[in-house]
Amino acid sequence: MTDMSALPPTGLVNYVRRDAAQPLPPPANMTGWQGWVRENLLSGPFNIAMTIISAFLLYWIFAPLLNFTIFHAVWTGADREACLITEARPVVGACWPFITERLQYFIYGSYPLDERWRPTIFFALLLVSVAWVLWLNAPRRDIGMLFAFVFTPAVSYWLLTGGNPAFALVGVLALAIDAAGAVFGTVGSILSAIPFIGWILALPFNAVDRALNLIANGGIGGLREALGRGFFWFDLLISAAALAAYVFRNRIRYTEADFRTALTTILGVAVAFGLFVGVTGLDAGLKPVPTNLWGGVLISLIVAFVGIVFSLPCGILLALGRRSKMPAVKLFSVILIEFVRGVPFITVLFMASNMLPLFVPEQYAPDKLLRALIAAAIFASAYMAEVVRAGLQALPKGQYEGAMAMGLGYWQMMRLIILPQALKVTIPNIVNTYIGLFKDTTLVVVVGLFDFLKTIEAARIDPKWAAPTTSATGYMFAAIFYFICCYAMSRYAKATEERLGKADKR
Amino acid sequence: MMSGSRIALFAAAALAMGGTAALAQGRTATLDAVKQRGQVICGVNTGLPGFSLPDRQGNWSGMDVDFCRSIAAAIFNDPAKVRFVPTSSVNRFATLQSGEVDVLSRNVTWTLSRDTSLGFNFGPVTYYDGQGFMVRKSLGAKSARDLSGATVCVNQGSTTELNLADFFRTNNMQLKVVSFPTGEESVKAYESGRCDSFTTDVSGLYAERLKMANVSDHIILPEIISKEPLAPAVRHGDDQWFDIVRWVQFALLNAEELGVTRANVDEQLKSTNPDIRRLLGVEGKYGEAISLTNDWAYRVIKANGNYGESFDRNIGANSPLKIERGLNALWSKGGLQFAPPIR
Repeated sequence: MTDMSALPPTGLVNYVRRDAAQPLPPPANMTGWQGWVRENLLSGPFNIAMTIISAFLLYWIFAPLLNFTIFHAVWTGADREACLITEARPVVGACWPFITERLQYFIYGSYPLDERWRPTIFFALLLVSVAWVLWLNAPRRDIGMLFAFVFTPAVSYWLLTGGNPAFALVGVLALAIDAAGAVFGTVGSILSAIPFIGWILALPFNAVDRALNLIANGGIGGLREALGRGFFWFDLLISAAALAAYVFRNRIRYTEADFRTALTTILGVAVAFGLFVGVTGLDAGLKPVPTNLWGGVLISLIVAFVGIVFSLPCGILLALGRRSKMPAVKLFSVILIEFVRGVPFITVLFMASNMLPLFVPEQYAPDKLLRALIAAAIFASAYMAEVVRAGLQALPKGQYEGAMAMGLGYWQMMRLIILPQALKVTIPNIVNTYIGLFKDTTLVVVVGLFDFLKTIEAARIDPKWAAPTTSATGYMFAAIFYFICCYAMSRYAKATEERLGKADKR
Repeated sequence: MMSGSRIALFAAAALAMGGTAALAQGRTATLDAVKQRGQVICGVNTGLPGFSLPDRQGNWSGMDVDFCRSIAAAIFNDPAKVRFVPTSSVNRFATLQSGEVDVLSRNVTWTLSRDTSLGFNFGPVTYYDGQGFMVRKSLGAKSARDLSGATVCVNQGSTTELNLADFFRTNNMQLKVVSFPTGEESVKAYESGRCDSFTTDVSGLYAERLKMANVSDHIILPEIISKEPLAPAVRHGDDQWFDIVRWVQFALLNAEELGVTRANVDEQLKSTNPDIRRLLGVEGKYGEAISLTNDWAYRVIKANGNYGESFDRNIGANSPLKIERGLNALWSKGGLQFAPPIR
C-alpha cells in the first residue's frame, strides 16, 4: 500500500531516495502571528492597501472614542464644576461622575427609595430565570422553565406592585377549582364543567371585591387593579373554552388523545393563572407602588421581556392561523397581523394614552404601563407571526406530506416535524425582531413612562450637571447599555444557530 | 354580514356612549374628586431645567412642580400629596381635556386660542418668559439693537424664527439667519462660532449657557422680543377649582410682598399687620370662601415658601441657572407680578 513498494529495487538507481524526506518546518515567517499577518493582512497589493485603510479607519474612530471615554474623561466629582473646561484642563472627555451619581435613577426611576430592594430582587430573579432557561447544561431545566415563566412573573408582579390582597381569596379559590377541573377534564368527565360553573357563581363576589378594591385604592393602583381584573376574565374565558371543548368533543375531528392534550393545555394555563393570582394576592404588607413611579432599566426590561416572552408563542399561533384552512381563524389572523403591521407602534401607544381616557372614565382606564405592555406584546406577536410564516413556507411540501403519511395529527405534525425545522431556519429573523423590540421599548416615553433612555434624557438637562460633555456622556452610557444587551442576544442566537445547524455542515 | 355603514353606526354609538360617560365623569367637581382620591394629579413637563425635572432620587423639583405642591398643601396640608404626570408638548392638552390631570402646570404659554377653543382657563402667570438673545461677550453687543448684520442661530420652523425676523424688520436691522432642525444643533453651531448669537426663550438661554465651555464668556441681552406668559391651566366649567388654582398663586405672591417666608411664617401669625392676618387666616374666613380651610395660605407658605423663595431656589440666585427676576419681580419692584388683595 505504501509508495515504497513502487520504488525501483535498491542498487539500481542509487540516487533515488529510499525513504520519504522529513518535511521541513515551514519558514518562520509563515507561522505564528507573523504568518497570520502575512496570510490575512498583507497577501497582495490590494490586501495591503485595504489593511492600511482599515487601520487608518480604526485609528480614526477609536482614538477619539478612547480619548473621550477614558483618557480625557473625568472620573470623580460632585456636580458640574468637576466637568467644566478650565485652564488646567482644556480638554474634557466624558463626565462619568454624572453617570455614577444618577445611576440609581437610571436603574429604578422614581421607585421609592426605601422600596428599591424590591426591583433589585426582580432583577436577580430575571437573571436567574434567563440563565436557567438559556444555559443548556443547567440542571433541571424543566423546573427552570416553571421558575422562569410562572414563579418569576408572579413573584415579580407581587413584589413590584405590592400585591393585590383583594384578590387573594378568590384567586386561591379559582386555583383549587381549576385544578379540579383540569383533573376531570383529562379523564374526559363532565365534571370539567366545574371551573366554568364555579366561575359563574363567583362572579357576583368578584364584582363586590372589585368595588372594594377600587375604593381602597382610589383608582391609584392601576396596574394591580387592571391586571387582577384581566386575569379573572381570562380565567373565565379559559374555563368556558374548556367546557365548550368538552361539550362539542364529538363534533371535532380529533383523536381522543388530541382532545385530551388540548384540554390539559387549556386547563393547565388556567391553573397557571389561578396560581399567579393566588401568589400575587398574598398580603405581606408591602407598600403599593403605582407604576407611574417605575422607571429606568426597570421599565425597559419589563416591556422588552413581556414582548419577548409573549411574541414567540403568540406569533407561532398567528402564523399557523394565517396558513390554516379554517376561514374564521385565517381571517382573524390575517386581519390582526395586517392591521397591527399597518400602524406605527408609536401611534397605537399614543392612541392608548390619549384617546382612551376620553372614552373611559379615568379610574377605569387601564394602567399606562399595562397599555404599553399589551401594545408591545401584540406588536411583537404580529411581526413574529410573519417571521415564523416565512420559516413555515421555506419548508418543502414533502415534509408536510411525509408527516401526514406517518399518520401524525395536525398538532403532532407541527410540534414534531414542522416547527423545529421552521424555527431553526428563522432564528436570525427571530432575534432580529427581538433586538428591534428591545430598542423599540424607548417609544413608551410617549405615554409618559420614563424608560432607561428617557431617564438619561431627563438627567442630562439638569442644571446641576450642565457641562459641555454631559449630554454626550449620557448618550454614550445609553449606547453602551443597549449594545451590551443587543450583542448578548445576538451572540446567544448565533450559538443556538450553530448548535442546531450541525446537520447542515458536512 | 354586517354592512359597512351599520358597523360605522355601531362604532359611533359606542363612542358616543363612552364619550357621554367621560363627560359625566368630568362634571363632578374637581375638588371633590381630588379630596376623594387624596391626591392632586398634576401635569408637568417631562423635563425642563428649573421648572420640572426629576432629581437623583427621582423626585420632581422645579418651579412648576412647586406650584403643584403648593396646591396640595392648600388642600391637604401635605405638599407630598401630588401625583406628577409627565406630559410632552404633543399630549399635554389631551391629558388635561380628558381629565387625566387636574391641573397643567407645565410652562404652557397663555394664548387666546388655548384659553377659548381648547376649553381651558389659565391661572395667573407664574413666569413671564419671552424670546431673548445670547451673545459672546467679545462681540461687544450691549443690546439686541446692536445685532444688525450679525448671524443668528435659531430653530427651524418655530415661532422663534418668525419673531426673530419680525424684530429685525421692525427695527430696520440686517439679519443673517442660520437655522437648524433641533435646539441642540443650533447651540452647537453657536458654540463653534458659526453664529454670533443664539435665540430662544430666555429661560432656555440660561439653561443652554450652562453647557458652554466657559459660561462667563456668554451674556444674555436684556431685550425680550416676544411675549410668552407661562401659566397653569385648568378645564373650563369648574370655577371652584379654577379659583383655588388662581388664589394659591396669588397667596404665594402676596406672601412675598408682605415678607412672609417659610422661615418666619409661624412668627407672622402674631403679626398686627391686617393684610398678613387676613393672608394667614388669623382674621376673616377667606379660606372658606374658596372651599378650603382658613389657614390654607399658611399651609402653602409653610410647605414651600413664597413665590420669591420658590423662584430663587429653582431658577434664580440660589440655583445654577441664576435667572434674573426681571419681568418676574413684584410690581412694587419694577416687575409684572401683581396679586389682588386677600380681603
